[in-house]
Amino acid sequence: MSPGDIAFVLLSSALVLFMTPGLALFYGGMVRSKNILNMLLKNFFTISIVTVVWVLIGYSLAFDGSVGGIIGRFGRFGLSGVEGEELLFMVFQMMFAIITPALISGAVAERMKFSGWVAFTSLWALIVYPIVAHWGFNADGWMFAWGVRDFAGGLVVHINAGIAALALVFVLGPRRGFGKEAIRPHSLPLTLLGAGILWFGWFGFNAGSAFAADGIAINAFVTTQIGAALAAMGWVLAEWRKTGYPTTLGAASGAVAGLVAITPAAGFVTPLAAIAIGLVAGVVCFWAVSLKFRFNFDDSLDVVGIHLVGGMVGSVLLGVFASQAVNGGVADGLLLGGVGFFFKQLAAVGVVIVFSLVASYLLARLVEATIGLRATQDQEIEGLDISLHEERAYVLTD
Amino acid sequence: MKLVIAFVKPFKLDEVRDELKAVGTTGMSVSEVRGFGRQSGQTEVYRGAEYEADFVPKVRMEVLVADEQAAEVVDAIRRAARTGEIGDGKIAVLPVEDVVRIRTGERGTDAL
Repeated sequence: MSPGDIAFVLLSSALVLFMTPGLALFYGGMVRSKNILNMLLKNFFTISIVTVVWVLIGYSLAFDGSVGGIIGRFGRFGLSGVEGEELLFMVFQMMFAIITPALISGAVAERMKFSGWVAFTSLWALIVYPIVAHWGFNADGWMFAWGVRDFAGGLVVHINAGIAALALVFVLGPRRGFGKEAIRPHSLPLTLLGAGILWFGWFGFNAGSAFAADGIAINAFVTTQIGAALAAMGWVLAEWRKTGYPTTLGAASGAVAGLVAITPAAGFVTPLAAIAIGLVAGVVCFWAVSLKFRFNFDDSLDVVGIHLVGGMVGSVLLGVFASQAVNGGVADGLLLGGVGFFFKQLAAVGVVIVFSLVASYLLARLVEATIGLRATQDQEIEGLDISLHEERAYVLTD
Repeated sequence: MKLVIAFVKPFKLDEVRDELKAVGTTGMSVSEVRGFGRQSGQTEVYRGAEYEADFVPKVRMEVLVADEQAAEVVDAIRRAARTGEIGDGKIAVLPVEDVVRIRTGERGTDAL
């Protein structure tokens, strides 16, 4: 790698890390004021948990060779033998391994106890993430080898986290008052700031995934901007039409939905395709967040509606819009006659959903049966900040 | 002596204060409260889902006055706080047994 490439990937790694505190604010603003510190800490502490897991064994399971295309080996345990440019690759990938379980925290907000969260994310980052990352990001993984493409993690990060969130919600159950009381965001300015930080960091996530400061990185940077902007527009227009009001939360949510959807496609599609992907993601995800009321599952901050559905939109539309002219590392999509590639993308979406749903459900049951997942009813009513952390976010009287 | 307690729309607070000063009121306390009356709650929309907020923000003001001033103060508050829309608020007048100024120990109307 040239010094320019190395500098670019180092900075991209820092940008991706910055997304996790951004995500914390995005989520933190949406919970009630009695639970924001718990929400922030679940995200922030995930940085520590996954760093340890990844260094010790996660990286090895994802990227050390391959056992039948399913999982890596133990040879890089504790990063043994990992140095130089591979060390750079390792730390860039570490930031993805961190934010992926952090995404799940929004679904279980305001009721999951902290120790249960630590246990679940430790196991999930140890088992589920490295396996799916192996499939999608390792050239020897079965998905990659079969021709499926996932530029920066539509399958590996967003579908994986989104369906895991759904599994965890099944086991955890709804918040007290879900569907009956108004459980409202307490600080949308924080949410908008968090969405802005996510958008900023996402340039590292997507452009950095080219792993070189080259034309593909530039293409990914541009499509990322377009996807986010158009999805924010699509979401706001859809809600304006349906409810009569354009909202701050709608714009923030739409931007994130667009960033999610463009992630698998960023380095493989043209700017015009990014317009279509962004618009579709904004409108479809706006519709998807209403499903939880229809099917009565308390995905509190819409991880399913935005990350699972947005990831599906992006991964499937990559199958439509992929262009070999943009990137020689991908097959042409449906629009350019690539029927086979389109169906491979569909199959990959299905397999990741089934695997992650089952694996995450089993891990959730395991944690529930051992140390428990849910805060007590009293703790939930009093607020997790005071009851679990003995802290308060907003001190109005000294 | 009377204690006049009024619940008014928050954005009307400054006008009410000016009107009360104009009729010679020398002090008042205000607090931000939430509540509902006939106005009931307010609808809020988050991610397309409508929520009925049971309580709406109001300002609660308390004014201690001499018996003969009470009617004038009530009128002043009503004049300043009225918009004619539902949710303008309410005024209550309560009898007061005694008032003590803590610094000097004055009692009754001397303490007002």
